[in-house]
Amino acid sequence: MSDASLNTTSTQTGDAGFGDYFALLKPRVMSLVVFTAFVGLFAAPVSVHPVIGFTAILFIAIGGGASGALNMWWDADIDQVMKRTQSRPIPSGRITGDEAFAFGMALSAIAVVMLWLATNLLAAAILAFTIFFYVVIYTMWLKRWTPQNIVIGGAAGAFPPMIGWAAATGSVSVESILMFTLIFMWTPPHFWALALFMKSDYANAGVPMLTVTHGRRATRVHILVYTILLAALAIGTAFTGIGGPVYLTVAVVLNAMFLKGAIVIWRRNEEQAAEDNYRTEKKFFALSLLYLFVHFGAIAIEAALVPFGLGGW
Amino acid sequence: MSLSRQHELHKRRFSRNLGLGLVLAAFVALIFALTFVKVTREEFALPQTEGAN
Repeated sequence: MSDASLNTTSTQTGDAGFGDYFALLKPRVMSLVVFTAFVGLFAAPVSVHPVIGFTAILFIAIGGGASGALNMWWDADIDQVMKRTQSRPIPSGRITGDEAFAFGMALSAIAVVMLWLATNLLAAAILAFTIFFYVVIYTMWLKRWTPQNIVIGGAAGAFPPMIGWAAATGSVSVESILMFTLIFMWTPPHFWALALFMKSDYANAGVPMLTVTHGRRATRVHILVYTILLAALAIGTAFTGIGGPVYLTVAVVLNAMFLKGAIVIWRRNEEQAAEDNYRTEKKFFALSLLYLFVHFGAIAIEAALVPFGLGGW
Repeated sequence: MSLSRQHELHKRRFSRNLGLGLVLAAFVALIFALTFVKVTREEFALPQTEGAN
């Protein structure tokens, strides 16, 4: 707390640099949005002009970034308490809350209108709904109210491939719903692993994470259950229109690794975890990042092989 | 606090102005490219005017 107070007094000039505004867009989250939206667009069974495809991905990313800025505006009080977020532009005083709100709202509007003009109304509507879902449903409502915040709120992060697919095809299909569900089911174990080793951060901020409301034992059980469901879904996706031999191989290997990690987490207790400084939980979290990247990479590879008569079944 | 020419505040302001300028230039270029692609595609057609049929 004292660190945050010091930062506030030393940098509260209201003259933020360009990088501070960029940081409001949560660039690391945006990179995931860009990648999954790209795969959604690329895997769609229609060809998209590169300029239109680039524009679509750019404005999906800006829309995602805008919702990140609005999230930081609303959550500035929480961010000031949590060590992980104390250096963000608003809690550190480099950007005011009002500026972040105006920035987020303006970018949201630009992103939705531009995606509509570049592609179609459905893609723009899903993007608008995603921003609304992340900011209002997740940030303002669920995050501080229920330990299921991550489960339901994870939908916001799951929409980008569906938007990419809709931008290309103008429709929603089984394949795009599967990509959505893959991210939706992946989000809880990913964040709960983080919550296990971030220890008191969420509790201090009063965020009802599962670790805070139901304890660490229940969180370990939840991680295992979600990982089992995720594995079934991820491997099942291999036998659909976006799957194929490459995806199946990748999915079998990665899900075996992910399941093994979840089982080890489930079998450990807090004493064992504290002894090695949550090494297993940290490894599982790192693996979860690789997990999503490689699964979507495999979907993209299957799509890239189609023109050579190799992709899919 | 004295504000010299080299003060950090000026650097931040310059980075913001430069960044915004580049973003706006990129936006103009993107709109141009997008419009060009849209109007040169085969399926592009001007709205029919009255009496055209």
